[in-house]
Amino acid sequence: MNIKDIKKEFPIFDNKVHNNDLVYLDSANSSQKPKVVVDRIYDFYTKEFSNVGRSVHYLAVAATNLYENTRVLVQKYINAKDPNEIVFTKGATEAINLVANTFGQKYLKEGDEILITELEHHSNYVPWHYLRKSKGVKINFADVDENGDINIESIEKKITPKTKILAITHLSNVTGAILPVKEIIQLAHSKNIPVLVDGCQGAPHLKLDMQDLDCDFYAISCHKMYGPTGLGVLYAKKKWLEELPPYQGGGGMIGEVKKEGITFGDLPNKYEAGTMATAQVIAFGESINFINKLGIEKIEEHERELTKYGEEILRKNNSVKLIGSPKNKGSVLSFTLDGVHPHDIATILDEDGVAIRAGHHCCQILHEKLGLAATARASLGVYNTKDDLDQLNSSINKCIKIFNS
Amino acid sequence: MDLKDLYQQLILDHGKNPRNLGKFENFNKDAKGHNPLCGDKVHVYLKLDENKKISDIKFEGEGCAISMASASIMTELMKNKEEPEVKELIDDFLKMIKDSPELNSKIISEDEKTKLMSLSGVKKYPMRVKCATLPWHTLVSAMTDKPGEVNTEKDD
Repeated sequence: MNIKDIKKEFPIFDNKVHNNDLVYLDSANSSQKPKVVVDRIYDFYTKEFSNVGRSVHYLAVAATNLYENTRVLVQKYINAKDPNEIVFTKGATEAINLVANTFGQKYLKEGDEILITELEHHSNYVPWHYLRKSKGVKINFADVDENGDINIESIEKKITPKTKILAITHLSNVTGAILPVKEIIQLAHSKNIPVLVDGCQGAPHLKLDMQDLDCDFYAISCHKMYGPTGLGVLYAKKKWLEELPPYQGGGGMIGEVKKEGITFGDLPNKYEAGTMATAQVIAFGESINFINKLGIEKIEEHERELTKYGEEILRKNNSVKLIGSPKNKGSVLSFTLDGVHPHDIATILDEDGVAIRAGHHCCQILHEKLGLAATARASLGVYNTKDDLDQLNSSINKCIKIFNS
Repeated sequence: MDLKDLYQQLILDHGKNPRNLGKFENFNKDAKGHNPLCGDKVHVYLKLDENKKISDIKFEGEGCAISMASASIMTELMKNKEEPEVKELIDDFLKMIKDSPELNSKIISEDEKTKLMSLSGVKKYPMRVKCATLPWHTLVSAMTDKPGEVNTEKDD
């Protein structure tokens, strides 16, 4: 892969930040967009726009076909059995809320337990939290170890006869830990517990195969996959989508509506109430084409090599403390600096055009466990190079210089 | 943008070695402040004597250099100020951070004004303004016995 050429496909890099080249190291937050994705949104609105699934005119039929094409592209990308197992949502957050809400409503009762981990992003904790109040369920947390990792034993230890669902991240957005999700799912299934995987960080960086993984639910954030904002995907095994009640009510998701009652539509319409993020869905098809053109395995390899390089140079820097050294690490480099608060680091790096994130990264449970109020985080995407990481290191040294002057 | 304006020597010094850090016995007013977006926390303790004068003030907290320096400088300036002066200083500071080019209060010396103006660098960094103002909003809360915690995402 020629990264210089790939970078050219992202118009954002033509711009300067504080008169410097942009070194974008915040892809775990949201990735930048290739021109094909941006153009697709423009083309759809200027040449092909219509609402989908409602009207019979030419544009409506064409738009509906485009919209459904993306569903098939996603199905193939993650190797789902059926395109109807792909539900579009407004984000991964909504995807998880959908499952927590409908699964909770139908299957959970007082005293039941939900098992998550201490690594979870707030979006895979807060939606479940509502069930504490509405259903009286208990939420258990599998312990993260000193490397920022979750192993199968820590999950096994927290499974009880009352555990009704397991919700785990695929790849931690703080420590970078890639969880042994396949083994965890096998373990849970051996005890008849369904598993939701929060794939926000998994889907953009790892090859996915729903048949091999065998999870029940997988949540995807499209804007972290070089795609548009306002869009997520929920993959769910067909039996769940058939069994679970609808989530939101509105147009498009109904069968028949009468004064005395309502029937609901077939999949996937049952879960797509109202006018969906049509342009975003269609443009997301281009994100998948973009990833497929490069090859997710190649992207994985490139990012693994970069992560290793980043770890090496940051470990050599005596002022830097890397957070988490999991066995299997994704392209996330969280760190702290002696005597410099992460927010000050982020402001100073920004002056050099280096975009990182500072704070708790929506993982307060994990930060509390680590005994840190905040960390700084550099996270990678396909467009990053070793030069970007060298610039990161030299801007970190600038922080140290300013604070020790 | 100029980092030198933001991270002046005085700010770095107060950030690294905050004055009046800690808690003291006999405080009769206190309040907590929190910025949920970045995790900055501050807890202001003060003793308001019978003449409505701040006879002692300290703070506990963790956060970036800007928020620690702001709390440190604030506690230095507030010691031995009477209630109306405290209010005037807070208003003056918040106005300066928001849009006024300078401090207008007559109750602090020119040297003290210079010290306080060292925080004006944040004006060019909108994302960091809340770091500087959190301790001040928390002081308001302590003085007025406002219940609950100051939250940067809920207060002006």
